[in-house]
Amino acid sequence: MNTPLNSFRTQPDERGHFGQFGGRYVAETLMPLVLDLEREYRAAQADPAFAAEFDDLLEHYVGRPSPLYFAPRLTEELGGAQVWFKRDELNHTGAHKINNCIGQILLAMRMGKTRIIAETGAGQHGVATATVCARFGLPCVIYMGAEDVKRQAPNVFRMKLLGAEVIPVTSGGATLKDAMNEGLRDWVANVHDTFYIIGTAAGPHPYPEMVRNFQSVIGKEARAQMLSRTGRLPDLLVACIGGGSNALGLFHPFLDDRQVKMLGVEAAGHGLDGDQHAASLLGGSPGVLHGNRTYLLQDEDGQITEGHSISAGLDYPGIGPEHAWLKESGRVEYTAVTDDEALEGFQLLCRTEGIIPALEPSHAIAAVAKVAPTMPKDSIVLMNLCGRGDKDIFTVAEKLGVEL
Amino acid sequence: MTSRLSTTFSAPRPALVCFITAGDGDTAANLDALVEAGADVIELGMPFTDPMADGPAIQSANLRSLGAGTTTADVLRYATEFRARHPNVPLVLMGYANPMVRRGPEWFAEAAAAAGVDGVICVDIPPEEDDALGPALRERGIAPIRLATPTTDAARLPQVLAGSEGFLYYVSVAGITGKQQAVQASIEEAVARLKQSTNLPIAVGFGVRTPEQASAIAKVADGVVVGSALVEICGAYGAEAPAKLKELTSTLAHAVHTARQEQLA
Repeated sequence: MNTPLNSFRTQPDERGHFGQFGGRYVAETLMPLVLDLEREYRAAQADPAFAAEFDDLLEHYVGRPSPLYFAPRLTEELGGAQVWFKRDELNHTGAHKINNCIGQILLAMRMGKTRIIAETGAGQHGVATATVCARFGLPCVIYMGAEDVKRQAPNVFRMKLLGAEVIPVTSGGATLKDAMNEGLRDWVANVHDTFYIIGTAAGPHPYPEMVRNFQSVIGKEARAQMLSRTGRLPDLLVACIGGGSNALGLFHPFLDDRQVKMLGVEAAGHGLDGDQHAASLLGGSPGVLHGNRTYLLQDEDGQITEGHSISAGLDYPGIGPEHAWLKESGRVEYTAVTDDEALEGFQLLCRTEGIIPALEPSHAIAAVAKVAPTMPKDSIVLMNLCGRGDKDIFTVAEKLGVEL
Repeated sequence: MTSRLSTTFSAPRPALVCFITAGDGDTAANLDALVEAGADVIELGMPFTDPMADGPAIQSANLRSLGAGTTTADVLRYATEFRARHPNVPLVLMGYANPMVRRGPEWFAEAAAAAGVDGVICVDIPPEEDDALGPALRERGIAPIRLATPTTDAARLPQVLAGSEGFLYYVSVAGITGKQQAVQASIEEAVARLKQSTNLPIAVGFGVRTPEQASAIAKVADGVVVGSALVEICGAYGAEAPAKLKELTSTLAHAVHTARQEQLA
């Protein structure tokens, strides 16, 4: 880049490209659908009634705005920057995922689609999708890797209670990426009546942009809340990254506030040295998967490798294309924390603030625990606490050697 | 190099296009069996971990091949050796974008050209993303072969045709490979519609398994693509696959090659 960008908030371009990333790498069967989706989304964006219905559901059904919370005991324990949380774990269904699902199901109904499909890893997006389908009375099919079905039994039961059909996917490694493949296969075969609610800011254009925009409610609220509570903007934003939707939701409204630094936290699994991690940006390379060009975990022949993380929600071998672009542009810094560090972060928050976080944001907590002590006491770190930990207590108990 | 494809499709009889996945069994022996039994064009599948547009048969073939350790270098070697044994049979590589662009489009196009490949079908590079591979292929005389589907409407078709070479692959069902077959009437209508817009030969595939289906399609199309039925044989018979492939392929070839004679008779 010869000249500095005037704004980091104008991506993607009209072809859905974030620099060299993003795009629409899908089979011809899906291409007309993807173009149709983009047209309908643009029309919805221009329709005040769509925004009004979205806002109304977020307020009265999801429970927004979520609180902005200063964490006094964690701040004291870390001994540096003030730590604040955006409490998206208090949303209906217990995570940020529902924000996006509300937006997409409104769009699906606007397009006259009568059947909803989705993929899920940890099950949070599956639960959120099943929830909005129950709320609007649409049939719902959730694809979930057979391995994840085992790891996330409570969420599988939740989805079924909500009326969704959960289909375990046994192909490939039987995790999130395979569930996404199966979702795409279903969509290809049922394009006439089916809407695919993708759960993260990835996939073919316009999904990355659309999911980011629906999730940007997080950052918009947080920015206004922080200004109103402290009269200033935070010094550092921190969020965990699997596909990256909660992080983009927090970061995007702040991208042109140049004084606000940002840190995305990937899952380092057993460590970045080996292949047992899910850090696409720090341990991967650019490639094409699931409709977009982005950073991927892959071998020298472009075969996709299986990610690993203690958190099923971060266990995806790719990442949203906007993060790939934000990394290359240098606007956002990225780091990774291991399973063990995340487990410590999990316990730290339980102990100091009486909040049981999901394992996904526990990665962000671990990063905050490293960086906050190095910052002055009058500085502010704002982290997105994007999910609560009820679903993870079995995994955590097992790791801690506790029998339930 | 596309002349092999144009020579094949300018023959008076329709062409049988046979697909198998590279590295799934004894690839050289399987390819020879297809050619000996009458296949006119070979589509060699490049295995990929995430074959989003494929049904269970080809998914399994991909996993078998990768499980056996097949690399991109192996696929290119199969192509090179095939070209040496069969100098006149068109060979098309079919697969997904990531293995093709991993080392850059120029590298892949160069390697494919050196291996004697005539065309490339990349499932997940639509015309909108042609830059990712198309120019590199065309520069080296390799045909970028595009897919048209039941969802490709009249407004979109010109965009699909622009930059298409070799032949147009009409995917007769909106779905994944090997699952269901299209209604014959819909194929006839689609081929007629496509023929109004292009002089490219049109090959029809997805769900074609029997000589009867192949014959019916060959009456209207320039080529018939058979994939999953052959791939299932590779999976089921292992070392015995070449003989079984020959059996099915020869009946398919006969059905395709004589389809229009029956029509006249």
